Amino acid sequence: MGANTVIIDYGVGNLFSLSMGLRKIGEDAEITADVAKIKGARRLILPGVGAFEGAATKLRDSGLSELIKEEVACGKPLMGICLGMQLLFQESYEYGVHKGLGLIPGKVVPLKGYVDPGLKIPHIGWNALEIRKPECPIFKYSEQGDHVYFVHSFYATECEADTAAVTEYSKTVTATVWKDNVFGCQFHPEKSGEKGLKILKAFCELG
Amino acid sequence: MITKRIIPCLDVKNGRVVKGTKFEGLSDVSDPVSLAEFYSSSGADELVFYDITASSDGRRLIWDVLRKTAENVFIPLTVGGGINSIDDFDTALKCGADKVSVNSGAIANPELIRQAAELYGSQCVVLSIDAKRTESGFTVFTKGNRVRTELDAVEWAKYGESLGAGEIVLNSIDTDGVKDGFDIEMLRAVSDAVSIPVIASGGAGKKEDFLELFRTLDKVDAGLAASVFHFGTIEIRELKKYLSENGVNMRI
Repeated sequence: MGANTVIIDYGVGNLFSLSMGLRKIGEDAEITADVAKIKGARRLILPGVGAFEGAATKLRDSGLSELIKEEVACGKPLMGICLGMQLLFQESYEYGVHKGLGLIPGKVVPLKGYVDPGLKIPHIGWNALEIRKPECPIFKYSEQGDHVYFVHSFYATECEADTAAVTEYSKTVTATVWKDNVFGCQFHPEKSGEKGLKILKAFCELG
Repeated sequence: MITKRIIPCLDVKNGRVVKGTKFEGLSDVSDPVSLAEFYSSSGADELVFYDITASSDGRRLIWDVLRKTAENVFIPLTVGGGINSIDDFDTALKCGADKVSVNSGAIANPELIRQAAELYGSQCVVLSIDAKRTESGFTVFTKGNRVRTELDAVEWAKYGESLGAGEIVLNSIDTDGVKDGFDIEMLRAVSDAVSIPVIASGGAGKKEDFLELFRTLDKVDAGLAASVFHFGTIEIRELKKYLSENGVNMRI
């Protein structure tokens, strides 16, 4: 018997904070790459920090890519966080062109050249959410203008139809995407204090 | 837009949070685990966990205290004190740190900044500088501020940035513990010289000091303090509300 929520472990990033955040909201979560446990989970979280190419390769080579797509096709809720959100898209232009999971139409491109040249990149810090789809289930406990914590140098674009929230960094930057049972947060809910934990809580009520 | 940040610093010695005036006469304040949890849920934008004696006596960070602290913190957490190698970075990150701050370790071996930035990204590497006025300008001190180095604070900050540091914490020894305001002059000199965020440390005594800091120095992104928060002289939510009402972009 596995956990209700599985944090997919494909060897990138530090999952300590995320598992502590889930524990804080009383969610029974497990960090694993085990096929049976992923299949048995009610919902999946795809974490990730670092470079897109390495992460996408690891997901593909481990067979997790196909498994995640199958589970999502069966209706299982999936939330990608930070790089995990970027991996949901069709392709990324981070140092070359790389294929993502293709679960959400759109692509991932550099903030550099998009935001004002005087601004620091990565975009790091607390920024306000402008929620465009308040009906998005993971915003069940959120409010317009909630501040969340961002750390990223690339952003998702050409995904307007599935954009549930944005933030402003001289330009509009995609903060949350949502398509059916697939969710993606560019920011780190596990590092966004109470507001962030509420987003995790709302997600953990799905599935 | 990105908000300005208010950061309480937990100076930890023997597993307890301490804070003294000018680093002498340390007094016990609280348990780091409960204090961190309190700050994480009461408006702090980030926390710094600093092993204040690590550099002086060569002790390593008390990793299990850090781990227990990190388990209850859901805002970014920076860890520093006695970070001298990539192994130290690795352990700190595994114990729940989001960023690691280097001070003496980077002075002894500046390449540590470059290596860490390449491995973990610049956003993970904080260069912490303790500086004091001397006849030659703002000079970097180390070993709990007892040992004077040859380094000029402005030049060291620029060099740190070029090696890949993602952020600078500038602690003015001249204003530390005095509670009469941040060292605007020193902060201006350093923040004008670099393009990475600068965190002001040393001198906060009242909320007006933070307003003066953010109003005067546009390039300073955060204000850090310890005892004024630990002893309740300044309440963080109240401070942030005050700053916000006075035109500073804050996370409320």
